[in-house]
Amino acid sequence: MTPLNQRRWANFRANRRGYYSLWIFTLLFVVTLFAEFLANDKPLLVYFDGDLLVPVVAQFPETRFGGEFPTEADYRDEYVVELIEAKGWMVWPPIPFAYDTIVRGRRAPAPPAAVNWLGTDDHSRDVLARLIYGFRISVLFGLVLTVFSMIIGVSAGAVQGYFGGWLDLTLQRLMEVWSSMPTLYLLIILSSVVQPNFWWLLGILLLFSWMGYVGVVRAEFLRARNFDFVRAARALGVSNRVIMFRHVLPNAMVATITFLPFSLSGAVTALTALDFLGFGLPPGSASLGEMVTQGRNNLHAPWLGLTSFFTLGIMLILLIFTGEAVRDAFDPRKTFAARPE
Amino acid sequence: MAAETLLEVNNLKKYFPIKGGVFSQTIGYVYAVDDVSFTVDKGETLGLVGESGCGKSTTGRSILRLIEPTDGKIYFEGQDVTALDKNAMRSLRREMQIIFQDPYASLNPRMTVGSIVGEPLEIHKIARGSEKTERVASLLQKVGLRAEDMRKYPHEFSGGQRQRIGIARAIALNPKLIVCDEPVSALDVSIQAQVINLLEDLQEEFGLSYLFIAHNLNVVEHISDRVAVMYLGQIVELAPDTDLYNDPQHPYTEALLSAVPIPDPTVTKKRIILEGDVPSPIDPPSGCHFHTRCMYKEKICEEEAPEFKHIGSGHWVACHFRPKA
Repeated sequence: MTPLNQRRWANFRANRRGYYSLWIFTLLFVVTLFAEFLANDKPLLVYFDGDLLVPVVAQFPETRFGGEFPTEADYRDEYVVELIEAKGWMVWPPIPFAYDTIVRGRRAPAPPAAVNWLGTDDHSRDVLARLIYGFRISVLFGLVLTVFSMIIGVSAGAVQGYFGGWLDLTLQRLMEVWSSMPTLYLLIILSSVVQPNFWWLLGILLLFSWMGYVGVVRAEFLRARNFDFVRAARALGVSNRVIMFRHVLPNAMVATITFLPFSLSGAVTALTALDFLGFGLPPGSASLGEMVTQGRNNLHAPWLGLTSFFTLGIMLILLIFTGEAVRDAFDPRKTFAARPE
Repeated sequence: MAAETLLEVNNLKKYFPIKGGVFSQTIGYVYAVDDVSFTVDKGETLGLVGESGCGKSTTGRSILRLIEPTDGKIYFEGQDVTALDKNAMRSLRREMQIIFQDPYASLNPRMTVGSIVGEPLEIHKIARGSEKTERVASLLQKVGLRAEDMRKYPHEFSGGQRQRIGIARAIALNPKLIVCDEPVSALDVSIQAQVINLLEDLQEEFGLSYLFIAHNLNVVEHISDRVAVMYLGQIVELAPDTDLYNDPQHPYTEALLSAVPIPDPTVTKKRIILEGDVPSPIDPPSGCHFHTRCMYKEKICEEEAPEFKHIGSGHWVACHFRPKA
């Protein structure tokens, strides 16, 4: 790490709130990445007739356990349970439901209990399981959207700022027109034509979200292209592409990185809003927005509304705190301030 | 002069358009460099002096095509620089380099000294890997730094040391010509002499030619073989340095030299105080550009631009009354 980045890291750590927020968020994200091992309607391990099987990663037909159907075994089915336990045992994940498992034997929506820690929703699905899967897909969506819009936005801003002139002028005007397109209407129209899935939504939001980065990066490139060290590089015969990547981009990334956690929380909110309105992920997917809708529709089942509220609230707060710490870390006034020894 | 001409600049012009109005049409020009011609011989140092904003730096940068000249021809070893395409220009960049005024702005703060000085070697595929490291180490030693310094960042150095890094970067490609754009103006007086001596040593070792841009006449006198004086985008006088300092012909040069302080309290000399400010290069005066401030002004000066005349032994001047009739 360069001395500059060391000081930034020190500044970041000095903001305890943001530092711990990042760790908690990372922990939650990494845990939910293994959602299949945490909440699933298949056992983690099956010991059957001398064989050790892992149904979470591999599929086994019911006939494998002496059943009747050649389809995948339903490990929650009493008949299958009996078959397996006759010749072995099963280890279940802590939450024995997947996000789409129908919880039998309880009236939907069922309140929190030992079986369903956070209750079930109005489709009789376990809320905690849905929460874990929903958190994962929200964060993944946010991350992918942020990374892609950053790549597009930074490239567009870099090209505009570095070359300037007519190219800059034309692209700026095009962007102004483009940014006035109503995203939501476009999505509503589109969802009547196709069933939007993860990648459709990503694509459509990406069409508009990249523009957020252009402004800061363009400004930074406009400024930096007249620096003497950029002139010196040009005099040495360094190509424009290398100058942009090696000499200007690292200086322009500060604003972009500062923007990143806020952009991530924006992307998460965007997906939630679309899901809430019913224009988001296909019905049945685990999604926080859909859970908010359920909370609104089932006011008599407050665990639905409260769960989605606290999940979203905590996730966004963690991201914002992290964002504040990142902003502090990259603040030149703090980075270059005299450090107490 | 028997020496071979390395660089020849003919009628160089650079006008910067001023945009304005609703459709940002061009409403005027800044005549930054207006018809400048000179030559630089192999192994020679040509000093270029003038006030701020007279077009010295624009001239220097136009030669390297960091700024595209509006008009005029630049010949480097007989090759027309202004006509070269991108690739030919890139290979020509090995032959001419630039040293900037501000040693703080001219080095990328995020790169180590090793990668700053090594970049030209890498870009022109001269050396890589351990060979590059060795080359960089020897370059740093040549400019009076230590080889270990290559792992440090620019902010760990003083202004003079940073300027040495800039010089190491400029000589990395073994150029024939270096445009020194006020290389010592931002440095302490004590450091100035060190950097000037370094430049002179390097000139001797590598047979470099310098176009040395400065506004400090003492510095220019020390390092230059010939000196050109610029005023409002034009060269008004060009002469071997002893001639220029002992026998200035142009009234502007006279005034400039009379303003140089002499560190001897017993010497009294007549100071020529110029009236007024430098006129704007957007709308330069008619005729001789200097007529608004000249003490010898006559009617002809307002009407007719003086010719840039050779008045003997390599002394050129642009004044209606020189040589004295």
